[in-house]
Amino acid sequence: MNETLQLKPGQVQGQTGIWEMVIGLEIHAQISSKSKLFSGASASFGAEANSNVSLVDAAMPGMLPVINEYCVEQAVKTGLALNAQINNVSVFDRKNYFYADLPQGYQISQFTKPIVGEGEIIIDLDDGNHTTIGIERLHLEQDAGKSLHDQHPSKSFIDLNRTGVALMEIVSKPDIRSPQEAGAYVKKIRSILRYVGACDGNMEEGSLRADCNVSVRRSGEDFGTRCEIKNLNSIRFIIQAIQSEAERQVDILEAGGKIDQETRLFDTSTGETRSMRSKEDAHDYRYFPDPDLLPLELKESWVKEIKDKLPELPDILKKRLIKDFGITSYDASILVEEKDYVDFYQKAADGNDGKLTANWMITELFGALRKENLSFSESPISSQNLGELVSLISNGTISGKIAKDVFAEMMTNKNSPSEIVKEKGLEQVSDDTAILKLINQVISENDDKVKDYLGGKDKLFGFFVGQVMKLSQGKANPGLVNKFLKENLK
Amino acid sequence: MSELLKLDLLGASKALKAKSITSVELTNAYLTAIEKTSKLGAYLEIVSDHALEMAKASDKRLANNTSRALEGLPVGVKDMFCTKGIKTTASSKILENFCPPYESTVTQNLWNDGAVMLGKLSCDEFAMGSSNETAAKGNVINPWLKNINMSPGGSSGGSAAAVAARSALAATGTDTGGSIRQPAAFCGITGLKPTYGRCSRWGIVAFSSSLDQAGPLTRTVSDAALMLNSMASYDKKDSTSVNSLMPDLLSFLDKGVKGKKIGIPEEYTQEGISDDIVKFYQKSINWLKESGAEIIPISLPHTKYALPVYYIIAPAEASSNLARYDGVRYGVRKEAETLDQMYEQTRGNGFGDEVKRRIMIGTYVLSSGYYDAYYLKAQKVRRLIKEDFDNVFTNVDYILTPSTPTTAFQLGTKQDPLTMYLNDIFTVPASLAGLPAISLPVGLDNSGLPIGMQLIANAFDEPGLISTAKSLEQSAEFNFIADGVAK
Repeated sequence: MNETLQLKPGQVQGQTGIWEMVIGLEIHAQISSKSKLFSGASASFGAEANSNVSLVDAAMPGMLPVINEYCVEQAVKTGLALNAQINNVSVFDRKNYFYADLPQGYQISQFTKPIVGEGEIIIDLDDGNHTTIGIERLHLEQDAGKSLHDQHPSKSFIDLNRTGVALMEIVSKPDIRSPQEAGAYVKKIRSILRYVGACDGNMEEGSLRADCNVSVRRSGEDFGTRCEIKNLNSIRFIIQAIQSEAERQVDILEAGGKIDQETRLFDTSTGETRSMRSKEDAHDYRYFPDPDLLPLELKESWVKEIKDKLPELPDILKKRLIKDFGITSYDASILVEEKDYVDFYQKAADGNDGKLTANWMITELFGALRKENLSFSESPISSQNLGELVSLISNGTISGKIAKDVFAEMMTNKNSPSEIVKEKGLEQVSDDTAILKLINQVISENDDKVKDYLGGKDKLFGFFVGQVMKLSQGKANPGLVNKFLKENLK
Repeated sequence: MSELLKLDLLGASKALKAKSITSVELTNAYLTAIEKTSKLGAYLEIVSDHALEMAKASDKRLANNTSRALEGLPVGVKDMFCTKGIKTTASSKILENFCPPYESTVTQNLWNDGAVMLGKLSCDEFAMGSSNETAAKGNVINPWLKNINMSPGGSSGGSAAAVAARSALAATGTDTGGSIRQPAAFCGITGLKPTYGRCSRWGIVAFSSSLDQAGPLTRTVSDAALMLNSMASYDKKDSTSVNSLMPDLLSFLDKGVKGKKIGIPEEYTQEGISDDIVKFYQKSINWLKESGAEIIPISLPHTKYALPVYYIIAPAEASSNLARYDGVRYGVRKEAETLDQMYEQTRGNGFGDEVKRRIMIGTYVLSSGYYDAYYLKAQKVRRLIKEDFDNVFTNVDYILTPSTPTTAFQLGTKQDPLTMYLNDIFTVPASLAGLPAISLPVGLDNSGLPIGMQLIANAFDEPGLISTAKSLEQSAEFNFIADGVAK
């Protein structure tokens, strides 16, 4: 018997037994703000190199940082959404190191007194269970610029557009126990960030990146030495990197080695991590409070104002969807994953059968989008049109089968389902006389089969239904067809 | 000496407004004086054409009676202030080619009030020094003694020397641990360091952000009041700038000291102070008493830690503030194979010894493992020093101390950095506490060098500081003029 089959997620089978993972995540989320954290320069993505750079960003002599209140508000909003302690006094520190894309020679960050303290979130797992992950802290910091090493044979180029862009670093407690939990955690954080509008969560553009701290231990033992895997920009990579790193550590430990605390990079081509720098090479960042900035003091009333304006968050929303629309917990958790989904669903399900709407959205719409390689925001079908389609099914205008054809049509031409149904004459036939006429035709054309059926071949009933539907070009109301066939085949 | 040069800032302002002189005449007189005193080395950059253009514009305003507070008055600017389109080097080789595309808030305030820009004044490199000898382009000479080259003090040595030599009607300075007050004392002029936050630091090359403060160097207390009126402002671009309106200081000139309590700290009369200074300290106390002030002995017990604390905090901040001079974006770059080598070459060549020393001290005290023992402890002691002052100011209104333990010393005689640092011993405590303080000349020592006295006030009490200083100035009747003035 293959023992690995019995492993739970987060367990690693070694030569000497089973090991478990201990994981903590640092998520860097770029704040959706028009301007940077300490300068008025634009924070937009994709501009021409060095076009969004202010005197402050370029660290010209005598230039001073001024905190962007909007960014502070986003951090507070996020903190509240993470059920976390908001620190009414926090301090900005300088993290000193030299690099060509760090104009000041230091990054302004928060070290000892972050703006947000401890909190927790609930993550949903694929098996339908959920678990709580602790939040250690959230702090505000500046992003660095970008070094381009591939533009010239002997020189490096520097793009300072990102320099000074506002980031929130969200640090989890080491509560995560499997790569799958890590993935679910990032998903949940991303969802919360999008709900409150603090970050667009776009991992491809680098708005959301994660550093993963991974260690392994035997069940019941203390935490092992951890390694940090830097800068992972997709959930898939996070899951792969953690799995591979944990296996690497188990191999070393079982061979009698010890884990060096170090920073590692994930190589997406090999699916493995490799060393970036060891603890001995780690920078001494010489943190100290930035004397250009006063401690950040938040008024209690301002924090309360933000709290009062906070949108309904996923966990609460999920409960409400189950209650109001009668959908399953599973469907609800998929729908609350993204704020856009919920908004769409609530509009589409308004006045409709909630369960049917959820089915059509999750199975048909999501499936079709995936097939067409479209993002949700690119959906050719509006919430209004999906709602209309569901109501056409519910009120018997079209059958579920016809609805699929209408849906396919909607995906290509964006027309409303009513228009499509009308244009193509797809309304369901629910007229008794018309259906009876079709039934009579089928019975008269299939004397032998009728005999067999009456002789006991019950299975032939399906054949008759099919024939009637075929004759009606699928438009006959299947319920009525069934009913009348039973009455007439006696 | 040209009659025009005899006018002080307030006097010249009155003469301009009375139309008995023009700004062009006055500016020309100063441009000539700058030439005549060029051997002092006070100016790094002279902007004659720019000055005359400004003077002409001022004359127009004076003619049509739309003049502003400093209309037509020619002033010099310490090279720590960024001036748009005019080279700004902080007296450092690393910025020898740097021309800012922006104007510091403080100098912009001066130009907005009609002042005329003469040029940029030398200082110690990045304002680090007490003798003006760390300037990349060489020292400035104190205009006081004809035959011996004395230090003008520092870091605002060029500013002090120019005002004393009558080659600027007034000048801006920056004070981190005494950089306005000590050179003012050495050069027999008045230097005022305002409350931390009074003047915007925006556009001033940063040395130690929690201590740096701009202020005027002038011939008289009245002139200092006139200058600070314009220099001070709340500035949203500087988060440490204080949003509290400073009243018109000129209206406090004649309020006197009657009934005011003057504290005399026992810690400031220890050995190492020259006899002549002790003598004039006593004289100053008596003068204030005679003017109706009450003299109260006080104690500032943590004063003895001020200098070590300062020489931890200031270098710590400096080591970080100066990291931006890396050869990547502006300033001088020494090309090399790798990035690290480029940093080493650029910074190794660009910074002078004193700057390097402080960067190393600062880097050390912030290093992990040493941070708590040095930087953190220094911050705690800094708070105690501030509390000393808070306690004392519940009993007294102002504190009188000598500005420096000695008068100006001969250039090149203080080789040991520690001896040099002792120059700041009386000025550093007020800097650490962020308090306003003024140094004004009260007499000459036996070698004919000026002696400065320092008055310290509670935060934001520049008005009372001006009244008290003016009273002491009137009693001292310091009418001596430096030998090296433009004849």
